[in-house]
Amino acid sequence: MSKYRVVITGMGVVAPNGVGLDSFEKAIRSGKSGIKYFEEFKEKKFSCCIGGQPEVSEEKMLEYLTPLELRNFNSWGILYGCMAGMDAWKDAGLSVNDVQADIDAGCIFGTGISGVEKMAEATYKIDHGKVRRLGSTTVAQTMASGVSAYLNGKIGFGNQVTTNSSACATGTESILMGFERIQMGKAKQILVGSSSDHGPYIWGPFDAMKVMTYKSNDQPTKGSRPMSATAAGFVPGSGAGAMVLESLESARSRGAKIYAEVLGGAVNSGGQRNGGTMTAPNALAVQRCITKALKYSGITGADVDLINGHLTATVKDPDEVENWSIALGRKGKDFPYIHSLKSMVGHCIGAAGSIESVAAVLGIKSGFIFPSINAEDIHEKVLALIDKNCIPQKEIKTDKIKIVAKAGFGFGDVNACIIFKKYQDD
Amino acid sequence: MTDKELITGLKKIVKPYIQNEAAFETMNADTHLIDDLKINSANLVDVVLDIEDEYDIEIEDDAFEDMLTVKAAMAVVSAKIAK
Repeated sequence: MSKYRVVITGMGVVAPNGVGLDSFEKAIRSGKSGIKYFEEFKEKKFSCCIGGQPEVSEEKMLEYLTPLELRNFNSWGILYGCMAGMDAWKDAGLSVNDVQADIDAGCIFGTGISGVEKMAEATYKIDHGKVRRLGSTTVAQTMASGVSAYLNGKIGFGNQVTTNSSACATGTESILMGFERIQMGKAKQILVGSSSDHGPYIWGPFDAMKVMTYKSNDQPTKGSRPMSATAAGFVPGSGAGAMVLESLESARSRGAKIYAEVLGGAVNSGGQRNGGTMTAPNALAVQRCITKALKYSGITGADVDLINGHLTATVKDPDEVENWSIALGRKGKDFPYIHSLKSMVGHCIGAAGSIESVAAVLGIKSGFIFPSINAEDIHEKVLALIDKNCIPQKEIKTDKIKIVAKAGFGFGDVNACIIFKKYQDD
Repeated sequence: MTDKELITGLKKIVKPYIQNEAAFETMNADTHLIDDLKINSANLVDVVLDIEDEYDIEIEDDAFEDMLTVKAAMAVVSAKIAK
């Protein structure tokens, strides 16, 4: 059976440093951080009082959700997901059918956890004997698939509608799941992406694990420092990223604009064996995930021009660079460019992979490599593996980036790696 | 409270949920919440919660089940307020 080629025909993004594609592209090219200090976290006795939260006005929300939907609404992940998803659909030039579901279009929209604020509100009411006061939308706002369910109501999918969840690999995984469905000929368009709430209830448990930095409360924009010698833990972020994946055949037949091609990718697990644990990756499995992604994409390590890393700004960053180096078989000056969007938006948890993939694809389409900020003091272990010029400190304008490898790794010892390619009409 | 006052009060409460503007404009005692106003049946529990808040009453499950017309809602509210 011949497989279908898959391209990206629409995108949407809601990020801490930019809402909407234009504003986001401007922000990432100039190295603008979206990390801010929040007094609320200080009051709640958090160690890390900084984070990334998209700026969305009440007016903006009403462009996506109706006043009725916004009544008693308290699920940021769903809001961000709807915004990014609806924007991506519109950007792809696809219409919303008010009468019938589109049997060739589906939605795979992931989240790590969604609606935690709403859940907290509901828990409080239940514990005070007020279960009957929860109203009709608490289920929809707190179910894991809430985000894909809301998007379904907005767009009207007739193909698969589901939500994937694999911690911080969620966003990257959702793209691969949609890719495979189209590749197999089971759908023409799949809206993929992921979203994440912001706030104390989702970030608190990470704060308790001491994996977030407590050293930058007085200089928030310097806090997220992937690959830096002074990286002291990740900075939490939130938002959503979305893409419309489409068969090349379908995209061509309707004359759609094409951002890039998804060549392939791989997901796997380290099984929490050989050094892998609930929170740390099995290095061999990470390397295997990358090499499988290359293999399934029909390329070799030498073809990779740029790595859009997972790179969270913890002590694990040098290990990740080493895994890339081994998997690609490249080091020193021969190593490709590598950067981390988390330097500007923080670690958007379940939304990380999708927001970062939108950044990767924008770079391919518009011809730029965004800077990896706060890496002026590169970690010596990283420098032992690769040349310092591999990490762009400032935007590099270039149309020579043909292949970008994007990876995401998540709690539970799960990995996802995807290969994006500049689209060439042939 | 007069019937007119009650209808005016209920009209304000159901406004965010209605999906048929014409029926809403002419809303009267005989108006059906789902058939005429096209309120999503899942939203009926929200309408009832809003009625409870507005009149500071509590509506039990069996009363709730009957509240499908404006008339029925008025009867429930009047009876509760009278207590």
